Amino acid sequence: MKYTILENYPSKERSNLIALLQDVQEVYGYLPEEQLRAISDYLCLPLSTVYGVATFYNQFRLKPFGKNVIRVCRGTACHVKNSGNILTALEIELGIKTGQTTRDKLFTLETVACIGACSIAPVININEEYYGRITAKEIPKILSKFKKVEALKSKLEQTVSS
Amino acid sequence: MIEMVINNIKVKAEEGMTILDAAKSVGIHIPTLCHMKDLFPTGACRICVVEVDGMRGLTPACAYPVLAGMNVETNSQRVRIARKTIVELLIENHPQDCLVCVRNKNCELQDLSERYNIREHRYVGESKDHAIDISSASVERDPAKCILCGRCVRACGDIQKIGAIDFTNRGFKSNVTTPFNKGLNISDCILCGQCILVCPTAALREKSHAKEVMSALRDKKKYVIVQIAPAVRASIGEEYNLPLGTNATGQLVTGLRRLGFKKVFDTNFAADLTIIEEATELINRVSNNLILPMFTSCCPGWVKYIEQNKPNLLGHVSSCKSPHEMEGAILKSYYAKKMGIDPNNIFVVSIMPCTVKKFESSRPELSSDYLPDVDAVLTTRELVRLFKMFGIDFNDLPESEFDNPLGESTGAAAIFGTSGGVMEAALRTAYFKISGREFDNVEFQEVRGMEGIKSYLIPLNGINVNVAVVNGIGNIKPILDEIENGKSKYHFIEVMACPGGCINGGGQPIHQQPEKIKKRVQSLYEIDSKMKKRHSHENESVNKLYKEFLGEPNGHIAHKILHTTYVDRKKILLGK
Repeated sequence: MKYTILENYPSKERSNLIALLQDVQEVYGYLPEEQLRAISDYLCLPLSTVYGVATFYNQFRLKPFGKNVIRVCRGTACHVKNSGNILTALEIELGIKTGQTTRDKLFTLETVACIGACSIAPVININEEYYGRITAKEIPKILSKFKKVEALKSKLEQTVSS
Repeated sequence: MIEMVINNIKVKAEEGMTILDAAKSVGIHIPTLCHMKDLFPTGACRICVVEVDGMRGLTPACAYPVLAGMNVETNSQRVRIARKTIVELLIENHPQDCLVCVRNKNCELQDLSERYNIREHRYVGESKDHAIDISSASVERDPAKCILCGRCVRACGDIQKIGAIDFTNRGFKSNVTTPFNKGLNISDCILCGQCILVCPTAALREKSHAKEVMSALRDKKKYVIVQIAPAVRASIGEEYNLPLGTNATGQLVTGLRRLGFKKVFDTNFAADLTIIEEATELINRVSNNLILPMFTSCCPGWVKYIEQNKPNLLGHVSSCKSPHEMEGAILKSYYAKKMGIDPNNIFVVSIMPCTVKKFESSRPELSSDYLPDVDAVLTTRELVRLFKMFGIDFNDLPESEFDNPLGESTGAAAIFGTSGGVMEAALRTAYFKISGREFDNVEFQEVRGMEGIKSYLIPLNGINVNVAVVNGIGNIKPILDEIENGKSKYHFIEVMACPGGCINGGGQPIHQQPEKIKKRVQSLYEIDSKMKKRHSHENESVNKLYKEFLGEPNGHIAHKILHTTYVDRKKILLGK
């Protein structure tokens, strides 16, 4: 357990809960159950309270991200430009619902309120890249690029290890 | 004192009072849902909104303090519409199954619907859908029926200081649940059922054993025996509109016979037995310098708490089984033999004010050769439902007496149902055992009352014995901390998990009137004061039981049948 994260804060002070959760997520990428238990012990707060706060705020995640995070803009401009269809297409293509991660841990699908790129609506964002003025038809093509990269990577790893 | 006006009535209110209390003092009813007496208001449900002159929006009466010259309207058209809309929205996000609901006719949501004359469904939309949590042995959670008032969260977290459940998620997905939504049985819950007592709907309820009991009663091979806890007799009358604090023992016994129980015994008998065993254990511990302080073990909620939170202190807990388990164990050993009945065919039912007792009866430690000491536990509320189903009009029942030999009891046993009662009963007998005479005053006022921690010093044969009574599990922490730091001055500590003791247990009739509890307590003390025998060691049947079967208190047979062991549940909860 990374008690070092906890020790940056005084124990038994519940006001530090959110800051602690943020720090843990920074290190792990999400909030693992045993870390929430450790925080609950350290701050002398019921686990249910820690869990309640962690599920209340959208910034906290209780499950790790996939390797690629897809964010679909659901802001007003994108909505008018049919971002709902894009989202549905992604859900069908990936076989998951919004907020979930594919079984192979390759993709996580999320929505955001507004990316701030309304001029190229509808827009989605995968990792650092933005895809503007897209249609549902283009989705498989965009995803296949990431799948190919992943396949290449694992092949490379196999050759290196053998 | 300040002067203000509510609904054109001049009201003299104390400073710091809320509008809600000021209105109540002149007989004006303002409905509440999230409000809990003596706790800081949350103002979450908005059902108590009123109109205050000069304020723009509606004001929550439960959270707003009175001001001099304030002009309040609690029942204007605007207020009524606001309240009605809140109730309508709550109803539309609530299952429409009142007819088959366990809280039918005792539901605050139903009451509000009636109060605001709601006669149609104006809003139709998606309603929440959550699975029922049936994981625990005692308490069921049905989050679909939850209206998110948060009273259970506060009863659990603020009063009992357990915090097994809390609000999770937000908006439409808001849900009161356990960490990781995993089920009560693997949460910090001690199953005390205080959440059930404050729940306005049936979102929290006991796990019923009524079916098991009814099928045992039908089974011709089974010899079905029932026992009644001390606290049930003082509260069941409330369900039949009898005056508060009515002692309904006689009717209860008759009613249970009419349900078809072969024998009706009294858990008070076993309470006397518990005192003999526990007082002997205490004297042993004090005179042989063994682990002290010793905790009582009658309350299964408290036992579950220490198993889950401080298993390192389990050596401090008396090894005595709780009274109804002792009664069950005696029934399936001594009584079975005496009557020539196969213990496998005896079915013991306990009528308890408690929900944890259901969990307790399923503990493998409380059985012998895979035969549980007690087979089923019914709460006071479940018994009332059985009486209804069997067509028993409680108010018209004649009184009758318990069966013997496990029906005799003393005044000391009667007070087991209230905080301080076990301590008082134990002191009466321990004093006699050590000094050979009875204490000058049989009533120990110092351990009575509703304070969180009550302590008392009693000189016993030259030793100053320090005792403490912990009333409500929320007050236990400082006591446990003292023991862990080796600074505890106490010899003997009684703990009851529910505030007030068993009399306010999670299985008792549901109401939101704390003053009822005091009347129940009074009733138990009255039963005690009217008894000729007020010391457990005067119980002839118990003494005979020792002579014929058990031998010495704490002796070999007594240990085998009346004592138990505990487990480290911290490991179980963490899956280690």
